Amino acid sequence: MSAKTDRIDRLAELTAARADEGGHGLWYEAFKRLRRNPMAIAGAVIVLVFVLIAILARVLAPYEPDAQTWLGETSTATMTFPGARAGNLLGVDHLGRDMLSRLLIGSQQSLLVGVVATVLGFSAGALLGGVSGACLGLFGTAGRRVDAVLMRFNDMALAVPSLLLAVSVATLLGQSLITVMIAVGVTQVPVFARLLRGSMLAQSHSDYVMASTALGVRKSRIVLNHILPNSLGPVLVQVTLSLATAIIEAAGLSFLGLGGVDAAHPEWGFMLAESQQYLSGALRFAVYPATAIIVTALGFTLLGEALREALDPKLRK
Amino acid sequence: MVRYIVRRLLQLIPTLFGLSLLLFAWLHSLPGGPEAALLDVRATADTRAQVRRSLGLDEPLWIQYGRFMKRLAQLDLGDSFSTGTPVVEEFGRRFPATVELTVAAMILAIGLGIPLGYLAARRHGRLLDILTVSGSLLGICIPIFFLGFLLKALLAVKLGWFPSLGRQTPGLDATRVTGFYVLDGVLTREFDASWDALKHLVLPGIALASIPFAIIVRMTRASVLEVLGEDYVRTAEAKGLRESTVRRRHVLRNAMLPVATSIGLLTGGLLSGAVLTETVFAFGGIGSFLAEAISNRDYPVLMGFIMIIAVLYVLINLAVDLSYSLLDPRVRVR
Amino acid sequence: MKSRKLRGLLALASVTVLALGTAACAKSDRDDGGSGDKDTFVFGTPGSPKSLDPSLATDGETFRVTRQVFETLLKHEPGGTKIVPSLAESYEQSPDGLIWTFNLRSGVKFHDGEAFNAAAVCKNYERWYNWTGTYQNTNFSSYWQELFGGFAKNEDAKTPAANFKSCAPQGDLKVVITVDHYSATLPGAFTHASLGLHSPKAIEKYTAEGNPTGEAGKFNYPAFSQTAGTVAGTGPFKYANWDKGAQEVTLEAFDGYWGSPKAGVKKLVMKTIKDANAGRQALQSGDIQGYDLVAPADVSPLKDAGYQVPTRGVFNLLYLGMQQEAEPLLQKKEVREAIAHAIDKQSIVTSKLPPGAKAADQFMPDTVEGYSTTVPKYDYNPEKAKELLKGAGADKLSIDFCYPTEVSRPYMPSPPEIFEILKANLQAAGITVNDKPMKWAPDYLDATDAGKCPLYIIGWTGDYNEAYNFIGTWFAVYDGGWGFKNEKLFADMATVSKEPDKAKRIELYKALNDEIMTYLPGVPLTSSPPSMAFAPNVNPPTTSPLTQENFAEVSYK
Repeated sequence: MSAKTDRIDRLAELTAARADEGGHGLWYEAFKRLRRNPMAIAGAVIVLVFVLIAILARVLAPYEPDAQTWLGETSTATMTFPGARAGNLLGVDHLGRDMLSRLLIGSQQSLLVGVVATVLGFSAGALLGGVSGACLGLFGTAGRRVDAVLMRFNDMALAVPSLLLAVSVATLLGQSLITVMIAVGVTQVPVFARLLRGSMLAQSHSDYVMASTALGVRKSRIVLNHILPNSLGPVLVQVTLSLATAIIEAAGLSFLGLGGVDAAHPEWGFMLAESQQYLSGALRFAVYPATAIIVTALGFTLLGEALREALDPKLRK
Repeated sequence: MVRYIVRRLLQLIPTLFGLSLLLFAWLHSLPGGPEAALLDVRATADTRAQVRRSLGLDEPLWIQYGRFMKRLAQLDLGDSFSTGTPVVEEFGRRFPATVELTVAAMILAIGLGIPLGYLAARRHGRLLDILTVSGSLLGICIPIFFLGFLLKALLAVKLGWFPSLGRQTPGLDATRVTGFYVLDGVLTREFDASWDALKHLVLPGIALASIPFAIIVRMTRASVLEVLGEDYVRTAEAKGLRESTVRRRHVLRNAMLPVATSIGLLTGGLLSGAVLTETVFAFGGIGSFLAEAISNRDYPVLMGFIMIIAVLYVLINLAVDLSYSLLDPRVRVR
Repeated sequence: MKSRKLRGLLALASVTVLALGTAACAKSDRDDGGSGDKDTFVFGTPGSPKSLDPSLATDGETFRVTRQVFETLLKHEPGGTKIVPSLAESYEQSPDGLIWTFNLRSGVKFHDGEAFNAAAVCKNYERWYNWTGTYQNTNFSSYWQELFGGFAKNEDAKTPAANFKSCAPQGDLKVVITVDHYSATLPGAFTHASLGLHSPKAIEKYTAEGNPTGEAGKFNYPAFSQTAGTVAGTGPFKYANWDKGAQEVTLEAFDGYWGSPKAGVKKLVMKTIKDANAGRQALQSGDIQGYDLVAPADVSPLKDAGYQVPTRGVFNLLYLGMQQEAEPLLQKKEVREAIAHAIDKQSIVTSKLPPGAKAADQFMPDTVEGYSTTVPKYDYNPEKAKELLKGAGADKLSIDFCYPTEVSRPYMPSPPEIFEILKANLQAAGITVNDKPMKWAPDYLDATDAGKCPLYIIGWTGDYNEAYNFIGTWFAVYDGGWGFKNEKLFADMATVSKEPDKAKRIELYKALNDEIMTYLPGVPLTSSPPSMAFAPNVNPPTTSPLTQENFAEVSYK
């Protein structure tokens, strides 16, 4: 948890560092650098393919993901599960369902978990961090107090085990993919809050904000028109990374029995957790979703890291 | 300096008070209670009610909270509802495991992460750099319970190099002094026991190290890249100093500062326990016990453990801040 | 800066000195260097015990350990469910079932050197009967209350009246136990692990320690039950150590054991390993020599790899519970019948359960005395199910179905999978099923108990061979899990529980099974035999359908 805070703070510093430069030129420069970076290209390709598959999943999937069509051909006692064959390109799973269809629909669900959790974490975090940062940067002593209280609250949230959070959400809302989204999203709130606050803080001391203030521009305008948009770079990096984290954490929650359990809407993490019982005899049940998770998460992470590097002026020399 | 420390520690008191209040309200608002864990499946409603009564759970919440605070004032965190043992004892029993695992993971992460990060920075943009960075990121991307399984399948089951779970071979009968098994073996000169405990630390250590390792590689790399671009390094190189001298005197020393800080914080994060790693490796630490306590609605354990962790968390943050000011004379704590 | 560095060095130096100081004090108290590989047998268990004294516990993990240390007056034959003598060589029951006379074995010694005799037996029963204060709480004395009712002086109005009346030694080796009225828990109670017999000297020490505090909001076990040393029984093993941090209970062979077989290994370690994969991998890498609750999917791969995977006899039951108050449509017999017809039990057995599993047609496995061959059967027939639903006006039935997510029980190795199959079955019959997945503890247990789940899956593993241990616990009185009142059924249950003659009781049980299955409160699904796995180089214990394995039989080849 504290590890995260440090990373966030570092990321936040980047905003200030690049604030002295022109707007468009910077993004263009960053894009040019990204294009030269093989890791960025690999990451982008993976992410693109993943998103495409997720969008087209319903079209691509040959069967319903929860149709136990081949249940009769499976037997746990003798460990017979039809493998890859003409009708089922990746074989059938432990309940006689088509593995490929489940994986395809799974991409949709995993993307959904990633996006919703990130949006959730981002918006709540942005609200918290934004308010906090705005108060601290612009509204004097009273603002500093508000900021202190909000940040204390934020730090406290970091000290509570996230599993407790997930269990609470699950008991309150019932167990479903939504629970996973919320549970993962909430763990991202303090991260985004700290990031945005730090980023805004760094900017409030920058020359152009001071200039605007001197020119008599209203404070709320400064925040909305200058500080917030300029803080987005590091946030974009964190969003990419958070997409990966969400997909992986969803798997962890499923392993602990808190996953999204709707058979008609399988999610990769849940599929991986489901396969745990069959590791000795049917490793492929685990290999497919595990590979999917690893590759996708790696794609997002590579893209995020490359983006971070591209935006970091210190690393450009 | 001393005043700064005192002030930070004093700040801890209201924070902890707020945390205890919030946590108490939160935990008790969760449906269900500890009786399910204490009774067998067929217990009747009457027996459940009786157990709730005997645990004092039928009283108004504010009385229960008052009782908790009164005990806390006497430094008593109560007894676990599921094991019937004092919470402090339960913590003391499991914390050494977590510390040992954390230290093992951090040694692995630092020992491999810093050299690799340095190499990657030196070969910036080349194949080695790309391989190192993507390789280290891969560690983050494997769900840790699956990584644990793979590690065991390869290194324990197939090759038989390391034991697959636990902290020490059962039946070894090692003497316990501090609860830190490796240290105990050294203290009592039962070096075989130390060695055995060390071997048990390898696989969970690797699994747990995967995330800090990736972070340290990345931070070292970024930090070294930054320093390499500084004028003083270029000057040193231009002066024709030997590469090893430049590396030692200028690059590493300056680049390590942010890395050292992040190591401190990473360690702090790991100390609150790792549920998944501990479960997969049957490594009885803080994390898996907390997870169990959540299922058992073991309020005293949850309250006590989280509050102790919060204190540790604050102390480590303080230590990191202080070390930063010690390492870098430019930074002065206020 | 200089002075700061100096201070740091000083601190480091003092820590080193301190460590060295401790090192000088710390001494190894290991008796001999290392224990040989073949002296220690490590067995992985899915849960930790709670107490070294079985009379304070209710859970199978505690009993698994205490069974190796304590013996009871009677026991079940190895590998079977028949009640045979143990510490009593023979016993007699009076025709009215009130007076139980036991002829005790001679030459039996407790682990602390005390002699086993009639006085020792009575000391045990009187200890339980005379419990006061916190010991009367059900979290301590649940099984005593279930088997023998309450205490000499009940302190809570809700505590049942005592059924135990007296224990009288007649000479050294004969003991007479009298009860107030016959109950179907007898003579099974005399085999129950919670009533393992303690040494009288140990009991005196327990009494000297006093009751657990019972301070408001606190719950603690008495100290003697938490560390090895005081507790002593007569079994083939004695307690050596309970390392709660490592989650290991170490038992040592008891040289003075009266019976045979004596323990086949010097040390038996029961180590908690929750994760089934962790258990299997530990066995494969040689870290442990056996573990329990092998996942059905691991049975054949382990066998193929040369491991021994003995399977227990079937003595459990998984059923589909129905709560008639939570879903009033379930009060119609046709609807319950339709659900029974909709379910393809055989597909669960073939696809998901280990070899040896069976579909169930009544609320007990066929290994229990009292199993009826004449119960009404409800075959898999989706069409008939649809018709019945239509007839009952329930063809648009939409129903909540609760199931636990993260648990594995001997009777249901993987609840989510069984749920998925049941759900598909019900949907095929036109019933809309709403998933209600929950964590096992406390959410699922609470919800099913409180009658919040119209449909749910749960089961039971028998404690002893008495049909009442199955059906009696479900259908004897109104139960929140079922939510029905069937006065005739309740009355018939009361009759059978008071019938002291075993042969008559069995006939009554058979009739009851027919009655229950005619009423159809829920759908019995399957019985599945749980398996254990052992390394190739050990002799495993005889498996017991009651999970009462005797680990004294374990030895290295």
